Amino acid sequence: MSDPSTPHDEPGGERTGGVATRPDALSVEGVELAYLVRGIPREVLRGVTFRVAPGEAYGLVGESGCGKSTTAFAALRYLPTNGRITAGRILVGGQDVTHMSDRELRNFRAHDASMVYQDPGAALNPTLKIGSQVAEAFTTLGHDKKEALDRAVDALHRVRIADPLRVMHRYPHQLSGGMQQRVVIAMALACDPQLLVLDEPTTGLDATVEAEVLDLVRALRHETNAAILLIAHNLGVIRSMCDRVGVMYAGKIVEEGDALEVFEAPKHPYTIGLLQCLPRHGARKTEQALFTIPGTLPQIGTPLPTCVYVDRCALADDLCRDEVPPVVELEPGHWTRCHHVDRLAQMPEASPQTKSQEGEHDLAVELNAVSKTFRVHGTDVPALVSIDLGLVDGETLGLVGESGSGKSTLAKAMLGIHPPDPGGEILLDHVALADKAGDRPAEAMRAMQMVFQNPDSALNRSWTVRRILMRAVMKLTGANKRTAEERVQQLTEGLRLSPRHLDMRPRQLSGGLKQRVAIARAFAGDPRIVICDEPTSALDVSVQAAILNLLSDLQFDRSTGYLFISHDLGVVRYLADRIAVMYLGRIQEVGTTDQVFNGPHHPYTEALLSAVPSVDGEPSERIRLTGEIPSPADPPSGCVFHTRCHRFMEGLCDVVEPPVIEIEPGHLSRCHLPADQLGRVEVGTG
Amino acid sequence: MSIESVDPVIVGGPAPAPPVFDARGEKRIARRERLRLLVRRPGFIVGSVILLFWIVCAVGGDNITPLDPINDFDVSNQRPNADHLFGTDQLGRDVFSRVMAGARDVLIAAPIAAVLSVAMGSMLGVIMGYYRGWVDEVLSRIIEALLSIPVVLVALLIISVLGASAIIVIGTVAVLFTPIVARTVRAATLAEAQLDYVTAARLRGESGLFVMTREILPNISGTITVEFTVRVGYAVFTISTLSFLGAGIQPPSPDWGLTISDTYRLIQAGFWWPTLFPALAIASLVIATNLVADSIDTVRSA
Repeated sequence: MSDPSTPHDEPGGERTGGVATRPDALSVEGVELAYLVRGIPREVLRGVTFRVAPGEAYGLVGESGCGKSTTAFAALRYLPTNGRITAGRILVGGQDVTHMSDRELRNFRAHDASMVYQDPGAALNPTLKIGSQVAEAFTTLGHDKKEALDRAVDALHRVRIADPLRVMHRYPHQLSGGMQQRVVIAMALACDPQLLVLDEPTTGLDATVEAEVLDLVRALRHETNAAILLIAHNLGVIRSMCDRVGVMYAGKIVEEGDALEVFEAPKHPYTIGLLQCLPRHGARKTEQALFTIPGTLPQIGTPLPTCVYVDRCALADDLCRDEVPPVVELEPGHWTRCHHVDRLAQMPEASPQTKSQEGEHDLAVELNAVSKTFRVHGTDVPALVSIDLGLVDGETLGLVGESGSGKSTLAKAMLGIHPPDPGGEILLDHVALADKAGDRPAEAMRAMQMVFQNPDSALNRSWTVRRILMRAVMKLTGANKRTAEERVQQLTEGLRLSPRHLDMRPRQLSGGLKQRVAIARAFAGDPRIVICDEPTSALDVSVQAAILNLLSDLQFDRSTGYLFISHDLGVVRYLADRIAVMYLGRIQEVGTTDQVFNGPHHPYTEALLSAVPSVDGEPSERIRLTGEIPSPADPPSGCVFHTRCHRFMEGLCDVVEPPVIEIEPGHLSRCHLPADQLGRVEVGTG
Repeated sequence: MSIESVDPVIVGGPAPAPPVFDARGEKRIARRERLRLLVRRPGFIVGSVILLFWIVCAVGGDNITPLDPINDFDVSNQRPNADHLFGTDQLGRDVFSRVMAGARDVLIAAPIAAVLSVAMGSMLGVIMGYYRGWVDEVLSRIIEALLSIPVVLVALLIISVLGASAIIVIGTVAVLFTPIVARTVRAATLAEAQLDYVTAARLRGESGLFVMTREILPNISGTITVEFTVRVGYAVFTISTLSFLGAGIQPPSPDWGLTISDTYRLIQAGFWWPTLFPALAIASLVIATNLVADSIDTVRSA
């Protein structure tokens, strides 16, 4: 509708046409799709065209709301009742999906294509055992019950589940997220599909588990020869998995090409912007501010300008506003929709950091032998075991580790939300604090605040922004109304919120703005320490970059210390001055960011670093952690990590608890190996 | 640093680009939108029309009935006819007028009982859901015990001891409904109390009372509204039952339950109309409140 060029002009349409003997696994031809909202069509896809050859892996990337998931669902015609394909067609293996009857569609979904969703827990029926669910995938194909069960065993073997018979007798909630996703993949592959659609398959999983699942998909791809359409917001995942990639923006593909080429030499201003938003090549906050893309994605259903990206593009000029950009083919198969391919070198780059930290700083918070034991159904579960940690004013301490390692518990113990066990102590300015938040003096509460992962949950949805901030200022500083109003004014300015935002409620704000309000609330009483629990993991990369810049600016200006919890090692590396690595409630390694990233590492850190798929390419060697985190209720003997360690030494690691060794001054590690035998991983050098 | 714009809530009509964001206007539009969704539901329309009719009857009382429901005696036991749409009862009073006037007592008693039970139940439920622990354990066990006894049976017992005045009837129904409300509100509070804004409030040293009343309560007001409408329906039913059993509204009121208990023995004699029409009235009122409650619930969670 908004694109005058016919879909057949797309270069993708000509590319494989005459060569392939088999039809394309997926061919999306000029698809326009709208959701009817109260009778008014809101366009989501505005002429999407791409092809996936048999056995090929194709990735779609873009910020949330750009239409990538809608494309994935449209490929199998899994559309909500108000979704309409208004133009174009979709072929899977030569069959037109857009014009199938319900019966044909069912048959097609049973035999030709499968989909794996983001949340494996929601894809499995919680009331059925794994065995009967997997077998059902085969009975629908017409196998009898006994044969279906046999095949289910094979299917689970195929997704590298070591003990299928045992797993088949379990319920979904008894399996870890990674195992659940394997089961879902096994079911998706039951019909030997031509096309496997994966929509954010590893988004909820830990980096180590994600690496395992991606390895599995990679191996299965070669075994089954199914074509893959992979949707992910994580550019590193796409790079490591896909042959070709399409970059989507506002319901259009703006650039397409070989994955390595697109990531190494992007040719559309949006792709360039997306890649620059990421802290790459070991970038640090002291060296440069992150690049951000101004503006936001156009609203779904609003009329589009000539070039979809014109409002946010640094290169936009009158030509861009007047004419629809041509499709420029740079190399065979790599094309972009831009008027100014020749001017891409003029794209602004991340600006160097202008601010810096000055002066000597005191130890603000100190944890001595802090432990936390939860009592679950009558058994003691130690979630934190004798944590020693110090945090200096103006310093960022990154806290990393798999989920379940106790990162958030540590944060909440410090804040007094989960009062720690007696025995340890938490010192603020060398003065011991009460265990419970409620028993701490107002000064101490004011000194330590928190920024949460999900701003939707962290902001009261029935309060206005003004009320949220006013209440925090008045309660924390004891200010009267007039002083508080001034302070709220300062806060909004400092966090680059506009005064008009003050009268809105959270749901009227975008994700990035909500997180800014949450940060403003944490800074209401000028805290010494702010605990950030995955503050950017719910946000898109361009918004993440803005929030990280904001956090480092605030830190440089006010010397606030951060305890920064994140699973994204690139982000931690950018923001943190020191890093602590946690496993099973214990700190395994602590050191400056350079020490931890450059090594020598604790074997666990080594595995974590090598698991991360990066936009900068894969780490030199890969260590895969096998197995799952042991239950904290029954920790392994000796070194708690020995059950999964690739450097495990029998008779030592499983018997003796390892000592804390000092690798370099300030770089501590809990391992039996001497420092000169610890490994190093080459990550993101340059 | 990026300049971010806000996402306006998507409302009907072609999306205009609002140059200045008017928060209050936005809220008004959202409310109007919810109302429009409600009005579009046939269930809501039917329910409200019936409800409105009974409210008019209750307010008007014998001022708007065609004949005096209590003191106008015609020939007794007439079948429904042009003069007496619903016939006359064993004393010759107009059944149609009596049904209309009979709405008053129950429509005063039931909403008051519902308001009281929702107020007490919400208080209990929020406390249980927020504090959890032993407070919750103890109260939960008491509630379970209360819920295991049939409401009408306990009500009969209490009323027969304390006497059947309007206040006692309303109070009894309110107390007996409280645990049911508390259980629903507790569940809503539990979900709400796990959200991070509650943690944030504790981190700035807010009292439990503040968190419960200012932070959590506004966010569960929808649940409470629905619970109220549902309780009104049940209260109508329970009070009518009690009246039928002689433990509710007392004669000479033309109350429906009371009328049914006065007349149902005549059905065997073929005089079905003095019983059927009040019974239909009760049914229509209960169904109407449930239709409205359902619609509100659906629109709210949509």
